[in-house]
Amino acid sequence: MAPITFLEAIRQAMFEEMAADPTVVLIGEDVGVYGGAFKTSEGLLEKFGWERVIDTPISESAIIGAACGMSYLGLRPIAEMQFIDFIACCFNQLTNFVAKGHYLWNAPAPIVVRGPSGGGVHGGPFHSLNPEMYFLHTPGFKIVYPSTPYDAKGLLKASIRDNNPVLFFEHKFLYRRIKEEIPAGDYTVPLGKAIVRREGKHLTILSYAAMMHTSLEAADALAKEGIEAEVIDLRTLMPLDEETILTSVKKTNKCLVVHEDTKTGGIAGEISAILFEKAFHHLDGPVVRVASLDTPVPYAPTLEEAFLPNAKKVFTAAKELARF
Amino acid sequence: MPVSETPAKPKRLSRQQSLDLYYYMRLNREVEETMTRLFRQNKIVGGLYASLGQEAISVGTSYALEKRDWLAPMIRNIGALLVKGVPPRDIFTQHMAKYTSPTKGKDGTSHFGDLDNLHIISPISMLGDLIPVMTGVAMAGRYLGQKIVTMTWIGDGGSSTGVFHEGLNLAASQKASLVLILENNLWAYSTPVRRQVPLENLADRAKAYGISSYIVDGNDVVAVYTTAKEAVERARAGEGPILIEAKTFRRRGHAQHDPAEYVPKEQRAYWEKRDPIVLYEKFLTQEKLLDSKGKKEIEDKISALLEKEREFAENSPLPPPETADQGVYCTGPECHDLKPKWERPIDELLPPKSNVDAAWVVEGFGRGGRSSGTSAPIHFGDVPAASAEKSSDPAKPSTKPAASPMKKPIPKKSSRKGGR
Repeated sequence: MAPITFLEAIRQAMFEEMAADPTVVLIGEDVGVYGGAFKTSEGLLEKFGWERVIDTPISESAIIGAACGMSYLGLRPIAEMQFIDFIACCFNQLTNFVAKGHYLWNAPAPIVVRGPSGGGVHGGPFHSLNPEMYFLHTPGFKIVYPSTPYDAKGLLKASIRDNNPVLFFEHKFLYRRIKEEIPAGDYTVPLGKAIVRREGKHLTILSYAAMMHTSLEAADALAKEGIEAEVIDLRTLMPLDEETILTSVKKTNKCLVVHEDTKTGGIAGEISAILFEKAFHHLDGPVVRVASLDTPVPYAPTLEEAFLPNAKKVFTAAKELARF
Repeated sequence: MPVSETPAKPKRLSRQQSLDLYYYMRLNREVEETMTRLFRQNKIVGGLYASLGQEAISVGTSYALEKRDWLAPMIRNIGALLVKGVPPRDIFTQHMAKYTSPTKGKDGTSHFGDLDNLHIISPISMLGDLIPVMTGVAMAGRYLGQKIVTMTWIGDGGSSTGVFHEGLNLAASQKASLVLILENNLWAYSTPVRRQVPLENLADRAKAYGISSYIVDGNDVVAVYTTAKEAVERARAGEGPILIEAKTFRRRGHAQHDPAEYVPKEQRAYWEKRDPIVLYEKFLTQEKLLDSKGKKEIEDKISALLEKEREFAENSPLPPPETADQGVYCTGPECHDLKPKWERPIDELLPPKSNVDAAWVVEGFGRGGRSSGTSAPIHFGDVPAASAEKSSDPAKPSTKPAASPMKKPIPKKSSRKGGR
């Protein structure tokens, strides 16, 4: 099969799940006639019709509310945020209604909320968000953030089939920049399983989404200096694959966490705490964080470049850590 | 053009229906009175919210629903839960945080639901959130071929939330079979409705969504029921969402702790003379549907039931602490095997056949069909340009006012055999 883009992988996952299961529906702004702002749902309306591909008013709370209501009757709605930044508009509906339903009144809400996230494309402060930690702090969600077309397709299919609300973030920098050959036919990637992208023995780099590629780039540069970094792609933040993380860190004894989310309150802090609790005696150096600046995402290319982590920043931090 | 439609003339209810309404209103009040006593005995764990004087609304509206229909109550709609079939013990155990409660002590008050049997969706404290949720339930019901109606309630206070607007607008644009009851009890906690909304009638809000609305005396259970029944039938027939404003008064404070001293004495006195149960008893006596013997029988039945239910609740244990971290996630099919109830042939959908056109249209949608006629005409491209130009003269009304902006659904050609 010819290699496909990250974006096409998303489209295929939705297409195949909708073709196989009539309970799967898509709801969002401009997802139907227009095929989505990024064309992730192109052709779905023509194939599945207006009942299953639902264009809505600009009402994020209503989109989430309706998706949740539909799920209570046994449907599996996919709700699209045109840009993931707009998820803030339905924060209440998600965190108070959707996330708490199973715990409080035994009502599972099998919905997937997905949309383009992340920076690096000069989207500015309202079109570049990495919102994962707002929701990681709300019990009840599963949180998925893939980095490759293969994973995007397999994880989205697994998310649609999951009985819990899943927040599925699609890094828009990857949409058209990354291509991969993927197997024909149906497959899933289970939620909660990280993957070792590069084996190494000197230190562990944990990352996900676009920063996984940045970390691999840095690992190449480190290898030239004789530092073998093990790069792990977390794939899902909830559930978090602690086993893969701990196995690697117990081997390398050093850990660097790289994420595009801002530093304070990012997942790196949480992972650091887990390592101190569960692998304290295996650590030969501090758990190091490479993350975005604690600011809104700035617009100007010079500012955004300063804001975001890059391979050079990862390389420098890793080299420093390797000295311990 | 009147904004809200005149409620249908009361149809004669059967004797059984008449007495059902009475029974549930009395049950509603007695359940709440029992809980007030429990509250004073410190047996209610959290807050207690009363619907004293508003029972006709909860009971009259929900009584118009069928078993297959779905409802989502608000905090003052215990009467609706009772009508839908919730046993009083569930309400007592919820308030007392008992392990035997529907939420096993995880939440209190009317915050519980039943997806499988009674078709009840749990409310949350953030007002208006249920409107898009019940819109989604109605949309899913339509897709599955179920002829269901969904009903939820909102207060005068909650009608100012953003999600009220988002939800009702989505419901209107989807022609969802939603009946929304707006209980205007004149007070949002301590703020009178006149300081919240610059409208005489909150039913006027319906105009903004191009949907039908009614105004009804919320203390007249027969009027409430008759209006709700008509709205439910219209929603089921595919007319889209309908808003009913029920005018009433909140006779207790926002919650048990609130003496509501901000309420003018004259206002309270006026409404206390219009107690919905007393008014209805008078009606039933005049109509010779209820005498003192019949009344006593109902009272005895209710006190025997509530005695038993209260004892059950009081004797129930609190949840064991080790259950605190259980149930955040569904663990899979062994936890919940989710299967929709298809009431249309599933082979209509597999393999999928394209049907891009919506099977319904909303007449006048987006064309100011319900406006005063002075709004600027817009050519949407889906009406002949000539008629759009014709109405561009601001001196003339742009569109003739329609009795109802929502006409019966116009079936379009579909590749499927079945229709709705």
